[in-house]
Amino acid sequence: MEFDPVLLARIQFAFTVSFHIIFPAFTIGLSAYVTVLLLLWLRTGDEKFHRLARFWTKIFAVSFAMGVVSGIVLSYQFGTNWSRFSEFSGNVIGPLIGYEVLTAFYLEATFLGIMLFGWNRVPPWLLTLASALVAIGTATSAFWILSANSWMQTPAGHEIRDGVAFPLDWLQIIFNPSFPLRLAHMLTAAYLTTAAVVLAVGARYLLAGNYTEDAKTMLRMAVGMIFVTAPLQLFIGDMHGLNTLEHQPMKVAAMEGNWNTETSGHFVLFGIPSQSEEKNHFEIAIPYAGSLVLTHSWDGKYPGLNEVPPEERPPVANVFFAFRIMVGIGLLLIATGLAGAYLWWRGRLFQTPWFLTYASYLWPVGFIAILAGWFVTEQGRQPWLVYGLLKTADGISSVPGASVLGTLILFVFVYGIVFATGVYYINRLIVKGPQGAGAAAPAGLPNRPISAAEEAAREATGKSPGDGPGKAVKNKTKGN
Amino acid sequence: MEWYLPVIWAGLIGTAVALYVLLDGFDLGIGILFPFTKKEADRDVMMNSVAPFWDGNETWLVLGGGGLWVAFPKAYAVIMPAMYLPIIGMLLALIFRGVSFEFRWVAKPNHRWWDIAFAGGSTVAAFLQGVILGALIQGINVVDGQYGGGAFDWLTPFSILTGLAVVAGYGLLGATWLIMRTKGPARALGQRMAPQLLLLMLAGMGIVSLWTPLSVDRIAERWFSLPNFYFLWPIPLVTALLAFFVWRWLQHPKSHDALPFMGTIGLFLLGYAGLVISTAPYLVPPHLTFWDTAAAPESQIFMLIGTLFLLPMVLGYTAFVYWTFRGKVAPGEGYH
Repeated sequence: MEFDPVLLARIQFAFTVSFHIIFPAFTIGLSAYVTVLLLLWLRTGDEKFHRLARFWTKIFAVSFAMGVVSGIVLSYQFGTNWSRFSEFSGNVIGPLIGYEVLTAFYLEATFLGIMLFGWNRVPPWLLTLASALVAIGTATSAFWILSANSWMQTPAGHEIRDGVAFPLDWLQIIFNPSFPLRLAHMLTAAYLTTAAVVLAVGARYLLAGNYTEDAKTMLRMAVGMIFVTAPLQLFIGDMHGLNTLEHQPMKVAAMEGNWNTETSGHFVLFGIPSQSEEKNHFEIAIPYAGSLVLTHSWDGKYPGLNEVPPEERPPVANVFFAFRIMVGIGLLLIATGLAGAYLWWRGRLFQTPWFLTYASYLWPVGFIAILAGWFVTEQGRQPWLVYGLLKTADGISSVPGASVLGTLILFVFVYGIVFATGVYYINRLIVKGPQGAGAAAPAGLPNRPISAAEEAAREATGKSPGDGPGKAVKNKTKGN
Repeated sequence: MEWYLPVIWAGLIGTAVALYVLLDGFDLGIGILFPFTKKEADRDVMMNSVAPFWDGNETWLVLGGGGLWVAFPKAYAVIMPAMYLPIIGMLLALIFRGVSFEFRWVAKPNHRWWDIAFAGGSTVAAFLQGVILGALIQGINVVDGQYGGGAFDWLTPFSILTGLAVVAGYGLLGATWLIMRTKGPARALGQRMAPQLLLLMLAGMGIVSLWTPLSVDRIAERWFSLPNFYFLWPIPLVTALLAFFVWRWLQHPKSHDALPFMGTIGLFLLGYAGLVISTAPYLVPPHLTFWDTAAAPESQIFMLIGTLFLLPMVLGYTAFVYWTFRGKVAPGEGYH
C-alpha cells in the first residue's frame, strides 16, 4: 500500500500544532490575568482577588501542562518529519528557536514551580513576581516562535548558498516584514480568547447564582478587556491583511476568493470556491468594497489567483472559509464588547438574562478564531513551506509513509484521550468554583493548588477517601 | 574559529544532555518506582517531592533537541528521521506522564489510570531514551547526507540492553532522591530499591563497556591504543571505587542522606564521560563529525553570545527554585 508521505507529514504536523496552539494561546492570556489579579490583591488587600487568582491558577496549571507536553513534541517534529526543511533553514531560524528555549521556556517552566506550589511558602510579592515572570515568559515565547514562523512566510536577511539558507542580517531575519503585525495579532488574540473564557465562566456563575461577588468581578474585567481589544484586533488584522497583500498576494487572493485580477475589487461575502473551475459558486459580493478594504481606494485592483499557474495556488476553499470564520468571530466579539459595555453603563450587566446566557456560551469562540486564523496563514502559504524558497513537498524527511501514518494514528489516539480528559478536568475545576481554593481550604492547607480540588471532588462524589482505589488510603485517614 | 566553534557547541549540547539525564532522570525515576508501592499516601509524597521541578527539568530536553538543530542542523536532520519511532514513542510517553502531575490530583479519588499513566509513561520514556542512546552508539546509516536506513534499524539487542540499563539508572536516581528528600515509607521504598537498581545499572554499564570495544574497532582503538590507555585507565577504576562507596552508603542509610544521590550522579557522569570518549568527535557515528554537521559559523556565534549570558541566568534561577523547595517532604505534609 502506497501512502503520500508529504500529505501524511502535513496532516501530522497540522494535527499536533493545532492541538498545541490552543493551550499556549490560553496560558499567555491566563498568566497575564492571574498576574493582574495578584497585583490587585497586593494593592487593595481584597481577599476576592486572592481567591480569583488561586482559582484561575488551578486552571492555568492544567492548561500549561498540556501546552508544555504538546510543545516538546513540536521541537522534535521539525527533525523527524521535516528534516530537509530543518537542514535548509537551520542556520537561520534554528537560533530563533534556541533563543525561545533560553529566554522563555526556562523562565516559564522554572517559575511555574513557585507560581503553583509557592502559595504557602513564599511571600505574596514573590508569588506575584513569579506569575509575572511566567506571563512574560509565555509572551516572549510567542515572540520567538512567531518570528520563526514569520520568516517562513516572508523570508528576509538571508542568502541561499548550495541549497541552504545562510544568515546575513539578524535584525532583518528576526524583524522580517510580516513579524511585528503577526505578533501583535496573535498576542491580542490570546488576550481576547482568555477574556472570552473569563466572561463565559463569570456569566455561568451568575446564571446559577453561585460565587456572585467573584463572578461580577470576572464579568466586569472581561467586558472591559473585550470592549477595548476586540476593535483593536480588527484594526491590527486589517493592517496584517494589507501586509500580506504586499508580500503574499496569493494568500489574500485565496482569502478573498478572488480568481481574476481584472475583476478584483468586489468583496465576496459568501461563495463556494472551486479550485478546478477557477470560480466561486453561489457568490454574493459587494461591488467596490474589496477595493476599499484592500487598497483603501474606490476602484483599486489587486492580484487574483490567475496571476500564477494552478499548481502554485493555495487550497482556496479552506483558506476562504477559515478566513470568514475568523472574521465572523472577531465581529461577534466586537458586538459582545459593545453590548456588555452598554449594559454596564446602564447598570444592568448582571441582571440581563439573555446577555448572561449568550455570554456563557462564548468560551470556545476565541480558540476557534485562532485555529481558523492559523489555517488561513499556513494553508495560504502553500505550496510553499518557506515562501518563495522551499516547496512543502521538498521539505520532508526520508521516512517511510507507513511510519508517519502509524505515528499519526498514535498521536490522534493519545491526544484524543489526554486532551479530552484535560478539558473535562478544567470544566470540573470551573464547576467547583473559586470558593474551593480560598475560603474552604482543607485543614493543614493544601500542599498544592489542585489538592484543594481533590477535596472538593471527594465531597462532590460523596466518596470518603477510603472508597477510592487503594485500601491503604483508609489508614492515612485514620492516621490523621 | 572554524575549528573550535563546533567543539564549543558540542560541549554545550553535551552539558545540556548531561543535565537533562541527571535532572529528568530522578523525576522519571520516581515514576519508575511508582509500581513498587501501592499506597496512595506514599505515591502522593513521591510525586510531591518532584512536582515543582519536573517542568524545568524537562526543558533541558528541549534545549538538547533544539540546540542540536541550532548548532548541528545536519546531524539533527539525520538523527531525527533515523530515530523516528523511538523519539515519537518517547514524546508520547512523556505526554502521559507530564499531564499526570496535574491530572492525578484533579481526578482524585478516581486517579488510578493516572497512576498507571505516570508510571508507564516514565518507564517507557526512560527505556526509549536508552534505546536511542544505544542505537546512536552503534551508528547510523547515512547516504548522501540523509538517513539511509530502515524504520527499525534502531531496534537491536544492544539498544534494548542500553534501554534497560537507563531504566535501572533512572530508577536508582529516583530511589536515592527519595532517600535524600523524603521521610517515612517513601524513604524506606528508596532504601529497599536502591541496592538492586545499583547492581542492575552496574551490570548494564559493564556489559556496554565490554560490548562496544569488542564490536567496534574504532572504540577499541580509542581506549586500548597507546598512549590513550595511560590516560584512560583511571576512569573504570574510579567508577568501580565510587560504585563500591555508593553500595556502602546504601547499607548504612541512617547516616547518609544525600551521599547515595550524589554518588549516583557521579556514576552517571563517569559513564557519560566513557561514552563521550568512545564516540567523539562523531555526532552521527560512524559518518559525521561535529565539523561535518555544524551550522554556519555566523549562526553558531549569534547563538553563542546569547547563550553565554542566558545559560548562567537559567542555572541561577533554577538553583533558586530548588532552594525555595528545599528540605524533606514528609507524609501528609507536602510543601507548606
